[in-house]
This record gives sequence, C-alpha cells and structure tokens, in this order.
Amino acid sequence: MTLLISLLLGVTFGVGLILAGMTDPAKVLAFLDIGGNWDPSLALVMGGAIGVAAPAYALARRQGATWLGMPVLPETKGPIDSPLLVGSIIFGIGWGLSGFCPGPALVGVGAGYLPATAFAIAMVFGMEAYEWLMSERVRQLERQ
Amino acid sequence: MTIDWTSFTPWPALAGGSLIGLVAALLYLALGRIAGISGILGSLLCEQAAGDGWRPAFIFGLLLAPGLWAAVSPGGLPLSAHTIDAPQGCAVLVVAGLLVGFGTRLANGCTSGHGVCGLASFSRRSLVAVLCFMGAGMATVFVSRHVIGA
Repeated sequence: MTLLISLLLGVTFGVGLILAGMTDPAKVLAFLDIGGNWDPSLALVMGGAIGVAAPAYALARRQGATWLGMPVLPETKGPIDSPLLVGSIIFGIGWGLSGFCPGPALVGVGAGYLPATAFAIAMVFGMEAYEWLMSERVRQLERQ
Repeated sequence: MTIDWTSFTPWPALAGGSLIGLVAALLYLALGRIAGISGILGSLLCEQAAGDGWRPAFIFGLLLAPGLWAAVSPGGLPLSAHTIDAPQGCAVLVVAGLLVGFGTRLANGCTSGHGVCGLASFSRRSLVAVLCFMGAGMATVFVSRHVIGA
C-alpha cells in the first residue's frame, strides 16, 4: 500500500513539475534572470504549492498520526547554522549554472533528456562526496 | 528589469504548483514524510537509511512521469535544446550537478524540501535556505549572462 501510494505520488509530482514548466532549464533560468527578460512564472509554482501544502501540514500536526497510522514526524527545528547557509548557496550556484534542481533533473532522466542525465549523474556523485566527507569526519572524531 | 509577459505562463504554473503541493500534502498526511527530492535521493544513496521502500517507489514515479505526459499530451514535453553538444556546455552541467548534489545534502534540502515543504510549515530554517539559494541562483545567472556573457 505504502509503495503504491508513493509511486502514484511520485508520478503526480513529476507531472506537476512538467506542467509547471520546471523541467525546462531555459524557463528556470528565465525566472532567475532578474537582470534580463524576467519570467515570473516559477514564483507562482512555489506559491501554488505552498498554498495547497500549508493547510495540510497544519492539519497533520493537529492529528498527530498519519492516515496509515504512523506518527507524524516533528518539524526539524535546527539552528540556522553555517552548513544550511553554505549548502544553500552552493546549491543556488549550481542551479543558476544549469537551470536544474534535483526533482526536475530526475524527471528529465525519465524523459531521456541528455542534459538532465549528465547533470543527474554528477549530482549523485556530489551527494556521494557529501556522504564520504561526513563519514571521514566521523572517523576522525573517533580516532581522537 | 523587464518582465517577459510573452513567456509568462501563470495558469500552468499555478496548476503545476498546486499538484506539487497536493503531493507534498498527501505524502505528509498519509505517510508522515517530507516530499524533498534531494533528501529522498540522498537517503537512498547512503546505506544506513532504513525505510519501507517508499523512497525508491517515489523516485520511480518521477522517472515514469514524462512517459505518461508524452502519452497523453499532443505537444510532448517542453524541453529546450541545451548546449550539451558543446564541450563547455557539458562541463558546466557536470560542475552544476556536483554543486547541486553536495549543496542540497549539506543544507539538508532543495527547492522541494525547503522551498515547498519547509515554507509550507513556516520553518525559519527553510526560509533562510530559500533566500540563500534563490539569491545565489539569481547572482549566478546575472554574472553568467550580464557580466561574463555581456
């Protein structure tokens, strides 16, 4: 049941990204290009998504349990620290260079879209590099 | 700044955004999970993350979406020709991919996790993340198009 729901939600998420224009890197770059011919469409994508999701999040918190009976995970209330800031800036630079972020890149892979595939392979390596760096740090701490 | 009204697509943007929001809502209400793509993919890659298989199923759904779209939509997928043929275009894509992969894991979220789910739950962390990646993205496009490319 969980798998079927997840699969259907994944498909719907992908269709939403395509419909919204997020899977076209040129459209994304046009949104980020405030110094040129600015296309504000993607602000509405985010606004529409938040408008639908926000009431559901509030509702889920009040209910405390999911429809399938699992507990609702509490909101991660971490501090605003340097990994958050540095990571987001690094991500933003990559986003601005390519017009791809993780979701649309994966949809592009599914479409056999070559630029998205090249990007996504590199993205997986970037994620693996992060995992490796973290495990190295843990090992260093353990040695001390 | 000039607004490009001819490319502005408010209705598909709102409709697509609402679908994305609906998925975020249902995933949280039904499974109590966050629809953050970098988190889902990143957890798949690291071995310690246990799960009931919802992550690979969700990613598989994302991969299936364009095929479904192409089957029902006469216009096909709106994808612009990217400069992958040029070697520098490919190099830029690879560098961008590495940065996005590393950065989203370090920041623990991307456009979906922080931008949609985080903002929808009024997280201050996510608001700061969104301001950082939007700002960095806009600055990068500004430099590449209007400083170097000018």
